[in-house]
Amino acid sequence: MISQLAIVLFDGFAFGMLLFVLSVGLSVTLGLMNFINLAHGAFGMLGGYVAVTAMRGLGLPFLAALPAAFVAAAAISVLLERTLFRRLYRAGELNQVLFTIGVVFVATAMATYAFGTVQQVIQIPGWLRGSVEVAGLRLGTYRIFIIAVALAVTALLVFGLERTRLGARIRAAVDNQRVAQGLGLDVEKIFAVTFALGSGLAGLGGALAIEIVGLDPSFGFHYLVYVLIVVSVGGLGSVAGSFFGAALLGICDVAGKYFVPEIGSFLIYLLLVGILFVRPLGLFGRR
Amino acid sequence: MTVEASTLADPHDWLRRKSRWSVFEIAFWAASLLPFFLFQTYLPLASQIAITALFAISVDLVLGYAGIITLGHAMFFGLGAYAAGLISKAGWGEPLTGLIFAGAFAGLVGYIASFIIVRVQHLALIMITLGLCFLTYELANSMSWLTGGTDGLQGVDTWPILGTFRFDLWGYAAYGYALAALFLGLVLSRRIVHSSFGLSLRGIRENMRRMPAIGADYRGHLQKIYTISAAIAGCAGALLTQTTDTVSLDTLSFQRSADVVVMLILGGTGRLYGAVIGAIIFMVARDQLAGMNPQYWYFWIGLLLMVVVLVMPKGILGGLAQLVGRRD
Repeated sequence: MISQLAIVLFDGFAFGMLLFVLSVGLSVTLGLMNFINLAHGAFGMLGGYVAVTAMRGLGLPFLAALPAAFVAAAAISVLLERTLFRRLYRAGELNQVLFTIGVVFVATAMATYAFGTVQQVIQIPGWLRGSVEVAGLRLGTYRIFIIAVALAVTALLVFGLERTRLGARIRAAVDNQRVAQGLGLDVEKIFAVTFALGSGLAGLGGALAIEIVGLDPSFGFHYLVYVLIVVSVGGLGSVAGSFFGAALLGICDVAGKYFVPEIGSFLIYLLLVGILFVRPLGLFGRR
Repeated sequence: MTVEASTLADPHDWLRRKSRWSVFEIAFWAASLLPFFLFQTYLPLASQIAITALFAISVDLVLGYAGIITLGHAMFFGLGAYAAGLISKAGWGEPLTGLIFAGAFAGLVGYIASFIIVRVQHLALIMITLGLCFLTYELANSMSWLTGGTDGLQGVDTWPILGTFRFDLWGYAAYGYALAALFLGLVLSRRIVHSSFGLSLRGIRENMRRMPAIGADYRGHLQKIYTISAAIAGCAGALLTQTTDTVSLDTLSFQRSADVVVMLILGGTGRLYGAVIGAIIFMVARDQLAGMNPQYWYFWIGLLLMVVVLVMPKGILGGLAQLVGRRD
């Protein structure tokens, strides 16, 4: 029983870390720009398909496909941000929601056109397969790898936001756009960089996710819900919030499916509604 | 005399003038009878459209007028559908009382949910509505002994309307029934939005902080309209059950919530007929493109959505009104 619990905790935490990489970008861009970007999951899907193409078409190794997914998602997101999304910064929430849902529809259809509806499979390197035994528990190597990547991302983000010049600018722009502008910061450029960073992380998350949850054209929509839960439960613009929100959601999801499979995802939605009822701004939300 | 001055002189008179039936509306309702004579083969589609339009109107009341962004209204549609199905399975297949029962049930759940809805705004509001919808979906899915789970609710038997009009194979009775319900729903909604209550809803939509300052109880208003809207959505769901004699889990799905918001945006929010026009365009287009892969159909819907948001933020009816030069 104890070992079962430990395995569920471990698997849940690994799944949560995957969700963290997928969603932290949205948390920062939403907090920064007040732009409800429901297309965030689509950038995750894009990263996934880029990784698949890079590995199968170009024969790149898995570890090289991950940065490729990051770069591709970041590049395309900046292109979209500069041409389309920026027109909607001042529009109402509803228009932002609908426009980005439209983007997801189009992305889903294009993915279906290019890759079909089948689940994509990739070959991860041998040293990531299998499991290792720690204190009598068999832990999946790939899950350990995901946790390591997520922790590295967290460390980089926290360091980048707290200690670097760009981080200081981003924080200034998040706290007060107009004052930041008044101080001579190029808020637009900061937006673009942050947006690229966030979407790139989504792309990385999408590439990491293929082995765990699979990849098909419904990815953008399906994981959008998880991503939004993480962001709204954690609180906008907070890396720590996303981290704990994702860990909580991952563990509850896996535990729910393991211990009470008959009620499906009922638990996490109950958790979502309950948390938002008590704290409408999320656990770590400010403002 | 300026409009403002006459408003002050007699606000009720002003409201009454705003709510006068226009010639376009009368022509529209006359045209809605055409399927009986001209497009008999499309009667089943026509009743689907009428049901969807009623659902879209219920969403317009909360989203277009009160500014509550909801991505989970299918919750009430589905609850109404299941309520009507279950009461019929329990042995009471009388359609009108079934409809009222379903509407009352959905309205009751809407009233309970409204306490949560008025507490939150922005992203949390979107997430709460979404979360409640998913919650209901999972509940219906896991209570398969009651709802039939993924197989849907079978064995619904609806009696003839008023004891005389049997639901026929060609859909005459179904379309007449759905159209009558849509008409009543629209008349009711019209009455609501053209009342002082409707005006205060628009005030809340425009500026929620200012409404308490002029003494309006905005939470109470929002709860009231949310409950009414839930009841109307429940009636729409019940109509679907009664005209098709089955209930499936997808009445509760996120897809249905999203589709109805898309329709509303296409037609134009905050103008009731936008919901109807949007439903007609969406449903007819989907029917015509049904042979195509649904994934590709969503490509066009997505593109249309992006274009409408960028070019015609007020929807098709809003764009037309602007062309004609009439203001809201």
